[in-house]
This record gives sequence, structure tokens and C-alpha cells, in this order.
Amino acid sequence: MSTAKRVPAPDRNDFMDVDGLLNDEQRQIRDTVRAFATAELLPHVADWFEAGTIPDAPGLAKGMGALGIFGMHLDGYGCAGTDNVSYGLACREMEAVDSGLRSFLSVQGSLAMAGIHKFGSEEQKNEWLPRMAAGDAIGCFGLTEPDSGSDPGSMRTRARRDGADWVLDGTKMWITNGNVAQVAIVWAATEEGIRGFLVPTDTPGFQANVVHKKISLRASITSELVLDGVRLPANAQLPLAEGLKAPLSCLNEARYGIVWGVVGAARACYEAAVDYAGSRVQFDKPIAGFQLTQRKIADMLVDVNQAGLTAWRIGTLKDADRAHHNHVSFGKFANVQAAQRVARASRSIHGANGITLEYPVMRHMVNLETVATYEGTEEIHALSLGQAVTGVSAFR
Amino acid sequence: MNIVVCVKQVPDTASERNLKTDDKTLDREAADGLMNELDEYAVEEALQIKEAQGGEVTVLTMGPDKAAETIRKALSMGADKAVHLVDDALHGSDALQTSAALAQALRKIGFDLVILGSESTDARTGVLAAMLAERLGVPQLSLAGKVEIDGGNVRVERQTDYGHDKVEGSLPAVVSVVEKINEPRYPSFKGIMAAKKKPVEKLAVGDIELDAAAVGLGNAPTQVVEFAAAPPRAAGTIVTDEGEGGAQAADFLASKKFV
Repeated sequence: MSTAKRVPAPDRNDFMDVDGLLNDEQRQIRDTVRAFATAELLPHVADWFEAGTIPDAPGLAKGMGALGIFGMHLDGYGCAGTDNVSYGLACREMEAVDSGLRSFLSVQGSLAMAGIHKFGSEEQKNEWLPRMAAGDAIGCFGLTEPDSGSDPGSMRTRARRDGADWVLDGTKMWITNGNVAQVAIVWAATEEGIRGFLVPTDTPGFQANVVHKKISLRASITSELVLDGVRLPANAQLPLAEGLKAPLSCLNEARYGIVWGVVGAARACYEAAVDYAGSRVQFDKPIAGFQLTQRKIADMLVDVNQAGLTAWRIGTLKDADRAHHNHVSFGKFANVQAAQRVARASRSIHGANGITLEYPVMRHMVNLETVATYEGTEEIHALSLGQAVTGVSAFR
Repeated sequence: MNIVVCVKQVPDTASERNLKTDDKTLDREAADGLMNELDEYAVEEALQIKEAQGGEVTVLTMGPDKAAETIRKALSMGADKAVHLVDDALHGSDALQTSAALAQALRKIGFDLVILGSESTDARTGVLAAMLAERLGVPQLSLAGKVEIDGGNVRVERQTDYGHDKVEGSLPAVVSVVEKINEPRYPSFKGIMAAKKKPVEKLAVGDIELDAAAVGLGNAPTQVVEFAAAPPRAAGTIVTDEGEGGAQAADFLASKKFV
């Protein structure tokens, strides 16, 4: 006869014990990012959001670089070489503070650095990756254009040969960190198809303009890149990048970080809602005691934990080299919507207080509007998933 | 410079901490374990001395298997190797016995400088540095807010109620540090990855020439006789500001020696 063992009650902040699935190293990375983000970033992020910028982007890059967060899941060239679950956890803990800060590390690590790591020459890797890993250089990634979003193949930016050189002309839009970057990975159409180029941002003819009047992702620097006769030597081209699948594979890396990141944003909104509902008294009792509030909290609890499990599963598939890009589409499609539901419910539980920057919830809620659009809109991921299971493309 | 940092895993001060009713020792299973916060400053100071002077930083801890998490944190921050004193016979040891065991381990490891946090956030005896120095027959420089190594000597600024004393001693020595001494670094991810490969030596009581009958709860010279839950906090004093509020607040702070 086995003796009945008392089963401990679930932890309200990790109800399904998702983090019980982690190994020691992953847990340590989670703790480190959580401690750094809580102590160094959380106290400032509402002010940055209100100001609509990151006031000291180079300082932020150096702080994150000292942790080793940039390109942490890449091997060599000054990168830490962690597994993909660890990288996901770093995204989750960073986005629990703000989606803009997670975007900062996504663009540096998964778009710019991963692009150079995957498609660059040995010389390019040695020149840029160690400095970018340390946060001494910031990179940005230029694929999207004013008139070319979900259909990047329609891009108008052109690269033409002039002797041994390349000359680039065109405009890129919605480029995170464009104004603070030292190097831009720019994708352009050539006679042989789409190719990638490493453009030092001090190259004559390169100009970055800040995108103003955003009402989402405000603790983040968003830019327009203008390339006007930007002349580059032949060795500025990424030698291994051929065709549109090259930048799309970079996006798939960044999107993987989003699958985890939004779990952090959702968790922050859920925790804020439970705290607020417990302390806000109306009709002589905490609003946590009203059935309508409890239903919202139960729905949020399920969304946060299911999204967390989805992220972990995709992470373990990726670590086993078994994550298909449609798995990542599944994660982005499911988890961003879950996070949006949680953020909106949390906003409603917070009542009027929820609309201020004194509470994190509306900041997360409007940030998630950007996250729902970038790295593949919800609609595009629905089409990818639809095609994956029916075998019929609805968009091409 | 051969530096040994003594660290301790303690229950998270943010979680509910309890003594077990059966043997009146800390319930370590019920709470998340963390490195004692003051020991983080000790590790940081050891790393800074090593970075300036060269040498090696060894982490020493005594505790159950779970304390390996705290060792890993210190190794992730940059310590070179670790010694984990782990033996069921040590369970429930008091400060006198702990200092005897750690002193034996320190003799085996060898050291120029031993650094500790000035107290642990669980037992809060604050006596370990003094006991270790006495047992090892070396100078003790306590409550250091600044440490300087100068050849065969160590100089510290010892924090006092009135400021600090400048204290000097010869190496080898035992130094305890306070939290104003530095800003502990976060473990880097490279450090976390490297920590897995750093050597951790496990020692049992028999490995350090210590008699098992001299340590552990049953043999402890001091005993926890009884314990009780802390009484709920008394209501605070409410002072109505009639133009004297600022002065009254200052008087209150001065009476508690905050200013």
C-alpha cells in the first residue's frame, strides 16, 4: 500500500509548473535575466515608453551584452552558445518587462547576428559578431519597405553592380534600432535575385530617420532607412544568402523569440490583475470576490499556462532540430492572440487605473498590437497553418 | 593569491520560512534556496581582487546536496572551482560546529585570504568569521567596506556606527564584508555555460579529519529549546502634523539611529 502524499497546491505564478521542465542551466539563465530586467529596466520602462524612446541605447546594449544575451544561442565569435529553450526564457523574462526591450535583443541577436552567423563570410563574422555579442556594436535588419510588408518579394530596393562595387538604392521601413545601429543588414533585389548586404551606417548615402507618433512599442527606437546611392565594396555582400528564403529564415529565428516573449507579457498582465483584484475593494469586498472577475482570471490563467507550454514544446523541438517553421507559426499565431486576450482582460480588471503607465497592463496591451503584426501578421500565420494542414495555398 | 570564499545557501527571504517541528531545524525543502545575499558581495570582492592581483578563487560551502545550486551561481559569476562539504552527519550543526568543519576544510584547501559575508540572512549569528579566524590562528578583519591587498598585508575599512576604522593585518587572514563594498555582478551566460565544466570537489566529514561525533544536531553545544511564531506587528504611531511634523519625523529617525 502506498501512503498518500500531500500534493502541494499549484504556484499561482507558474500554475502548470512549466518551469519544472527546465534544467539547472536554463533555470539559472531565467533567474539572471529576471533579476537584471527587474532591477535595471523595470524601474525605467514606463518613463521610456512615455518619452517614446530608449534614452541610452548604447548603454542598454552594453548592459545586455555583459550578460551575454545577444546571440546567446549562437556558437563561437564571442557568443555564449546556450540552447534554444534558454534563449526563449531570456525573451520571456525580458518581455515580461516590455515588448520593446525584447525587440531590442531579438533584432540584435536573432535578426542581425543570426543573419551574419548563418550567411556571412568568416571575415564578416569576425568583424561584427564579437562586438555585437558584447553590445559594443548595434545591428539592425532592413527587409520591410513602406509598400512591401507581408509580401517581401515585391521589394523595390535595388542593388546594382558598378565594377566590383555594389550600389544600393531604396527605402526600408519599421526598422528597430535603425537610428542607433552601427551596421544594417539590408536586403535588396539584384539581377540574380534577392541578396543581403552589410551596410555600415556611416556609409555615405545611408540615412536613418526616427518614426514618430507611434502609440505602441514606444520603449523602442523605430526607423526608416533611406539608401541613396550607397556604394559598398564587393565583400559587403553576405556570400551565403541567396533568395528570399535567406531573410525569411532570419525572421523565423526572431519569431521563435516572440513565441516565448509574449508569454512574459501575458504573465506580467495576469500577475498584475490578480494583485489588483485582491486589493481593490468595491461594494465592501475585493473585486477578486466577484464571479465576473474570477472568470476573467481563470481564462487568463489558462491562456498564460497554455502559451507557456506551447513555447516550451517548440523550444525543445528546436533544440532537437525538429522545429519546422510551421511549428513556429503555430506558436506565434496562438501565443500572441493569447497574450492579447490576457492583456485586455487585465486592463478591464484594472478599471480606470489600467489606462495609466502606473500599471503595466495597457503598455503591454498596446505593445502587443505591434507584436501581432511584425514578423508575420496573424493573418499570414493563419494562411501558413492553413496551407500546412490542407496542402492548399490560399495566398499564392 | 589563493582566495577562498565561504558561501551559504539560505531560504529566499521573500518566501515563508519555518522551522521544522520535529528537530527544530530550518525547513530547507519548503522554501527556494538562494545564495545568502551578503555572500554575493564576498564573491564579487574575491573576483575583483583576483582580477587585479591574479590568483584563484575557490568557493567553499557546507550544506545539503541542494546547496550545489549556490555553488553553481558562484562559479557562474567567475569563481574557478568549488569545494562542497556535504554529509548527513553535519545536519543541524550550530555555529561552533560549522566553524570547526569549515576550518578543517580550509586547512585542507589552503588559502591566503578567506572572504565571507558578514552574516547569513537565515541564522544571522554573524560569528562565523571570528570563529574561523580563531580556529585557524589568523587575523580577522571584519565588516569591511573596502579591501586592499598590499604585498603580504590586507587593509580594510571596517564599518562602524561613526564611519569606519582603517584596520591592517598580515596574510593569511579572514575578512568579512558588508553590502556597501561593491555591486555584485550578474552571472554572464558564458559564465553559466562554463560553470558546468568547473571542478566541484565533494568532501565528507571523514575527508577533513573531523570526528562525526563532534558535529551534527545531537552533539551541538547549543540547542534550539523552543521557538514561537513572531507576534503580529504592533500598530504604528500616528503623528498629526501641526507644523512640527518634519521635526517629529526627524526625531523619530534619530531615535532609531537612522540619521
